[in-house]
Amino acid sequence: MTFLLQVVAWLTAPEHWAGSNGIPNRIGEHLLLSGLTVAVAVLIALPIGIWCGHTGRGGFLAINMANLGRALPSLALLALMLPLALSLKLGLGFWPTFFALVPLGIPPVLTNSYVAVREVDRDIVEAARGMGLREQQVLRQVELPIAAPLIIAGVRNAAVAIVATATLGALVAGGGLGRYIVDGLALQEYPRLFVGALLVALLSITVEVVFGALERVMVSAGIRVASDRADVQLQGRPR
Amino acid sequence: MREGEPLILWDWTFNHIPDIWHRVLEHMELTGIAVGIGLVLAFAMSLIIRQIPALYSPVTWLAGVLYAIPSLALFALLIPFTGLSIATAEIGLVSYTLLILVRNIVTGLRSVPPDVREAAVGMGYSQWQLLWRIELPLALVVIIAGIRVAVVSTVGLVTVTALIGQGGLGALINQGIQQFFATPLVIGAVLSIALAVVLDGALVIVQRQVTPWARRTA
Repeated sequence: MTFLLQVVAWLTAPEHWAGSNGIPNRIGEHLLLSGLTVAVAVLIALPIGIWCGHTGRGGFLAINMANLGRALPSLALLALMLPLALSLKLGLGFWPTFFALVPLGIPPVLTNSYVAVREVDRDIVEAARGMGLREQQVLRQVELPIAAPLIIAGVRNAAVAIVATATLGALVAGGGLGRYIVDGLALQEYPRLFVGALLVALLSITVEVVFGALERVMVSAGIRVASDRADVQLQGRPR
Repeated sequence: MREGEPLILWDWTFNHIPDIWHRVLEHMELTGIAVGIGLVLAFAMSLIIRQIPALYSPVTWLAGVLYAIPSLALFALLIPFTGLSIATAEIGLVSYTLLILVRNIVTGLRSVPPDVREAAVGMGYSQWQLLWRIELPLALVVIIAGIRVAVVSTVGLVTVTALIGQGGLGALINQGIQQFFATPLVIGAVLSIALAVVLDGALVIVQRQVTPWARRTA
């Protein structure tokens, strides 16, 4: 009970809400890093996944990316990117974390977009071609709307993994909410540690919920049922 | 990390082989405990869900929420109550594996065709015999697939438990970060990835041995 009071005291202290180590700034840093990383991962992975799915080429690569993504421990990846970022003279903090997070975001987006486009009923695609749609139109008007739920699920998995792992950036002197956890551990200051963990958990769950809502808004009602058949393989995993 | 320092100093590596091996063993022990306890609990939970199917959706909901919580945050939430102990690490690790395993065990049991189940009941199998002789063997492919995901995920998560003082290969990574020394960092990272790949491969072989009928599809 006294511990919870300490947590509340820490959380309500005005000095923890202002300045560069304040909660708003740390949340901002966390979201900036995560947002930028998700954007870059999607920009890299989405066109490749859609192209592979549309043409049916490179399926082996696209599927195995999922297994690769599962095998990459996030801390190990961060560790390997630290010497790389330093040798490129990019310093500590933001860049090594960014380099570690982008590869975590690529596999779920690439694999899901490939599977999503590939699994569009070939009869429907043939019918669209038969009606005289050009390849561009087939992709935009037929394949992508049907593939949307799985593609968004892939982006959601990537986003949750990235927001979760961005926490580790504090280990290499980065900002973000991981700062409170790493400092709280180092200083044995458990209220700080606990608040940090709570905020990270809430932020990650919020991202999950927001993308769930996005999925409902962006997916046409007629194909909404399709999102229920997401494969066991393609679901997220703890970070 | 220091100017001109190579990624791996082989002298240091050869001098520290016993330490590194010790970290590998710690890593495997932490992983084994988590997956072992997780498997026992998941099996019990799946049997309960088999009897009361309505319990499945709250479990998958909980899984969704828990997966979104980063492991470091989950450990940090437990530390004020269980301290920097192996209990903190294992409570976190077991919770994650539990949910992966329950999902796959339940999916596996449910994937048994109703015809097969009816045939067994018609031949006079009791509920227990049905479970042990029909449903579990048929579900084994999906269950082992779940164990693979659980093992690979746990190997990755155990690197993080080093941050709460529980050893394993993450301790080498942490040492590298703290001392700005690339060698232990690279060794810890590479070995943890290698361990995940090796254990995954070993489970694929186990799966092929125990479910020979599934070789064509799996």
